Amino acid sequence: MKYAGLLAMPAGFFLSITALVLFSAPAPRLIFVLCGLAVEAMGLAVAVRGHMEERGDRRS
Amino acid sequence: MTLAAIPPMSDSVFALTLALLLLAPLAIAGVALVNTGLGRSRSAAQSILGCLGIVAVAAVVFAMLGATFTGSPEGAGHSFLLFGKNWNWLGAGPWMLGELNSDSPRSQLALLFEFLSVALTALIPWGSGAERLRLTVGCAVAALLSALVFPLAAHWIWGGGWLAQLGVNFGLGAGFLDGGGAATVHMIGGLSALTVVWIAGPRKGKFPKEGLATAMPGHNTVAVLFGCLLALVGWMAWNVAGAILWLHAPNSALAGTAVNTLLSASMALIAAFTVTRIRFGKPDASICANGWLAGLVASSAGAGLISPAAALLVGLVAGLATPLLVELLELALSIDDPSGAVSVHAGGGLWGILAVGLFAPPAGQLLAQLVGIAALLGLALPLIYLLFRMLDRVLPFGANEEGERLGMDLHELGGSAYPEFVIHRDESQR
Repeated sequence: MKYAGLLAMPAGFFLSITALVLFSAPAPRLIFVLCGLAVEAMGLAVAVRGHMEERGDRRS
Repeated sequence: MTLAAIPPMSDSVFALTLALLLLAPLAIAGVALVNTGLGRSRSAAQSILGCLGIVAVAAVVFAMLGATFTGSPEGAGHSFLLFGKNWNWLGAGPWMLGELNSDSPRSQLALLFEFLSVALTALIPWGSGAERLRLTVGCAVAALLSALVFPLAAHWIWGGGWLAQLGVNFGLGAGFLDGGGAATVHMIGGLSALTVVWIAGPRKGKFPKEGLATAMPGHNTVAVLFGCLLALVGWMAWNVAGAILWLHAPNSALAGTAVNTLLSASMALIAAFTVTRIRFGKPDASICANGWLAGLVASSAGAGLISPAAALLVGLVAGLATPLLVELLELALSIDDPSGAVSVHAGGGLWGILAVGLFAPPAGQLLAQLVGIAALLGLALPLIYLLFRMLDRVLPFGANEEGERLGMDLHELGGSAYPEFVIHRDESQR
């Protein structure tokens, strides 16, 4: 689960970069970059969730 | 900034910047003291020795490899053409600092600034892995950060890389701006700290099977708070030097940069003090220290660009967010981070970068800063995790049973930091 989250994060980055190349107007660029950041945030959330599950299994 | 926009450096500005950079290591000393004071006494000597070792390894590895990959705005870089744009992704400087003496004065100072930055970056995860990481692991982490991760980010942002060229290539303000290293130093360091605590796991007994997380308070609050004061001196010098080198700030903006740094830290401390006073009934010294540091970190990106009122707001948000982040990470997300580096450096750095986009004047700057955040989160964090996971296979991050039981001082050094400490009963109870 942690790896799935970490793999989703570069996808968010490429979405942000694609926005710069595809659009020249500021508004669609901003929306796409924010979408890319949202994908990264979801990836991070999944990775953190994976970490919490591992911790739950190994509590001392 | 384009290369043509870089102004020549006068002798007096060169001397001033060099003097500032000789004061900047006080920030490293401050962070080292904070890291050590927030750990338990049984690992204090190992912690401070680790800080020295990490600075040493970071400097040597950066000289041998990292400086080459970092490059400079005036030097060559590896780039490729895509969609008609030039993407400069890696520096191609001389090996082993080969042309140091013949470089321009600005490039020489930039290199010194990068040496200090890489040392601070490598120091940040050491505090988070306190009482678990062995000295060899801390130094290996520093070597990886200095050889690969820091140079990549530093080239993109300071070395004329694709993030610095966002303004030229895509019309996004002045490109990604980070005068004092909020991204290059603090976000990279904070994300490394997060990765280290993920891989090393929590200290023994931190998260029991039942009930809340166990409180493991730092052993020396005086060292922590003195570290904060030292850090202020270093940070003011650091931010002013960064404003000269990376933001090309005029002389008239330099005192304001130092004032903004102080204001941001002060407001953050007041906010953290108030939040902990309200939440716990009494102010919490360690969280106040973290708030102060978060204010300094948040000021790093744009102290040379924003107004004093904006600096106060930057500090206020950093100070309000830090206690909440520390609590969220520990209680809700089971992340054992003794020094609070993830909250302070990753959280504060992220906010500082964003604040430049919100408060700095050039149009389009917000988008440039957001793209920079996307690059750091989306590429740097997975890269750091991959590198550290591979390192963990060779040098396991977690301490063994004996290390956990004895403390890292006895386990690794064979003696404690405070050999004359004797446990005795309270005199007032006799």
